[in-house]
Amino acid sequence: MKDIVRAALTIILVCLVLFFVNDLLNKNSGKAGSDTVTIYNWGEYIDPDLIAQFEDESGYRVVYETFDSNEAMMTKIEQGGTSYDIAVPSEYAIEKMKEHDLLLPIDHSKIPNLKNIDPYFLDLSFDPKNEFSIPYFWGTVGIVFNPSLLDGQTFDSWDALWDPSLKGQVLLVDSAREVIGMGLNSLGYSLNSTNEKELQEASEKLNKLTPNVKAIIGDEVTQLMVNEEAAVALTWSGQAADMMWENEELDYSVPEEGSNLWFDNMVIPKTAANIEGAHAFINFMLDAEVAAQNADYVGYSIPNAAAVELMDEEVTADERFYPTEETRDNLEVYNNLGLEMLGVYNELFLKFKMGTN
Amino acid sequence: MQTKNTKTFYLIPYFAWIILFVIAPIALIAYYSLFDLSGNFTLDNYKNFFTSIYLKLTLSSFWYAFLITLFSLLVAYPTAYLLTKTKHKQLWLLLIIIPSWINLLLKTYAFIGIFGLYGPINAFLNVFGFGETQILFTDFSFIFVSVYIFIPFMILPIFNALDKLNPSLIDASRDLGASSWTTFSKVIFPLTTNGVKAGIQAVFIPSLSLFMITRLIAGNKVITLGTAIEQQFLVTQNWGMGSTIAVFLIIFMVIVMIITGQRDKGANSNGKN
Repeated sequence: MKDIVRAALTIILVCLVLFFVNDLLNKNSGKAGSDTVTIYNWGEYIDPDLIAQFEDESGYRVVYETFDSNEAMMTKIEQGGTSYDIAVPSEYAIEKMKEHDLLLPIDHSKIPNLKNIDPYFLDLSFDPKNEFSIPYFWGTVGIVFNPSLLDGQTFDSWDALWDPSLKGQVLLVDSAREVIGMGLNSLGYSLNSTNEKELQEASEKLNKLTPNVKAIIGDEVTQLMVNEEAAVALTWSGQAADMMWENEELDYSVPEEGSNLWFDNMVIPKTAANIEGAHAFINFMLDAEVAAQNADYVGYSIPNAAAVELMDEEVTADERFYPTEETRDNLEVYNNLGLEMLGVYNELFLKFKMGTN
Repeated sequence: MQTKNTKTFYLIPYFAWIILFVIAPIALIAYYSLFDLSGNFTLDNYKNFFTSIYLKLTLSSFWYAFLITLFSLLVAYPTAYLLTKTKHKQLWLLLIIIPSWINLLLKTYAFIGIFGLYGPINAFLNVFGFGETQILFTDFSFIFVSVYIFIPFMILPIFNALDKLNPSLIDASRDLGASSWTTFSKVIFPLTTNGVKAGIQAVFIPSLSLFMITRLIAGNKVITLGTAIEQQFLVTQNWGMGSTIAVFLIIFMVIVMIITGQRDKGANSNGKN
């Protein structure tokens, strides 16, 4: 009994000391004390130096948290609890958040840097007049491959993935919309299809891909491709850029049949406690130099025209990552299909996953 | 010296805990399982469970949980037995338990490297002339890593049962002419079945709902009930269906608990308890 009490006291004492130290550290780092901006963003989606720079310039202290899917992010915001001042959902998630009344309008007069954004990325269907969202990054879904592990296959068409020579070589992302969308695209259907017959066909076609599938995973794809553990992967353009940065053998292609064009956007959720700070952060991120530095670090394509000017032309002229407007017209943005349909997509995806063993 | 009042007072934290963290969550899960996406009261979720792929999913979850438990037991029993025979058995036991203090995710990530095409296992196989073998994302890697993670939970109860076993019983068995095998099968094993049952419970039940290892090590080629629940809650946001699967998971757990329940109390007692 004495031992237990002693142990408990030790633990409590250690916790108190840590708490105190933590408090001390926090006091020293933030000039404004309790004036914080809480940012909820995707993992590896900002240059950490920029957070420090923002803190220095604005005097706000930044609390930075990450999520790994739009759905997880929405669930957390809907539940409240943490007062996130900024979140970065994708376009279909913004539609949903609008529906559920989870967003606060953005005051454009407080964001003079909005002029830097390429008009192509403004006033899009998911948020007319950018009432609730400001573009952050954009990109495509495509195939990253390692020519040194293949015998000359190219991936101009989705069908190339079904090639028998790729047995056990293909990595897929663990995400229903992307994988089912690929099946639909490969048949020439829209990746927003809600037609039962088309979905069934896509599902059957995907089942034939089974022998080629090595694994269906998340962000681990990057390491596996960089280490040449697999030859081909379905992935997002920015992740592909990361991989190509680390392993120069790799190449990226968006198949001709069409694919997904996506936008991630900064929003101010209903939970925001520091609306002034949120606007300041959005404006800061739109600054040409800041955006250019961020794009350099993150590797995704940036909608900021002024920043694109500042960046290495070798990057911005690369049509794999900055496709021409003509190519972009061939790509589709995800529509919000509604929960019912999302359930159907997920059930098909689950079925596909069950078949892969 | 305890009056009735102080007894009631001591029971408050216990009941508060049980109600808040056991009964309330289970009741909530059961409640949510009765609603569809648009919030209508329905039994469709249950119908859906029986008609669709979820049944197949349940079977495959059971199969993998069975394999994980079997291999854990096969490794754990001899290990626990040897441990009781060593000189510094508490130290050895500690060494086996320490890895279970390390974060699960960390250990799992380590295996991605170890099992990789250019990892140490493949390098080792290469020495013996095997080519690069795909180990990661196979059934083997999944079961191996799961067994590795669960084994301390199997060893502990078996070790305790063996440790409590009165050695004079073994001596008696030997004196009466039983072979080592007969001693084991007629004396040692029957007296430690409670430890084995506790170990099976501690391994089989969590195995049913493993979900992170299925993605990281099995590349989602193994799908368990846990994966399905995670998807229903986080991706599909169909809390009703997610709760329904959870209800069935709870039912399965109760069944496993009943089957492996400690019916013959006191079988392994040696006077201490």
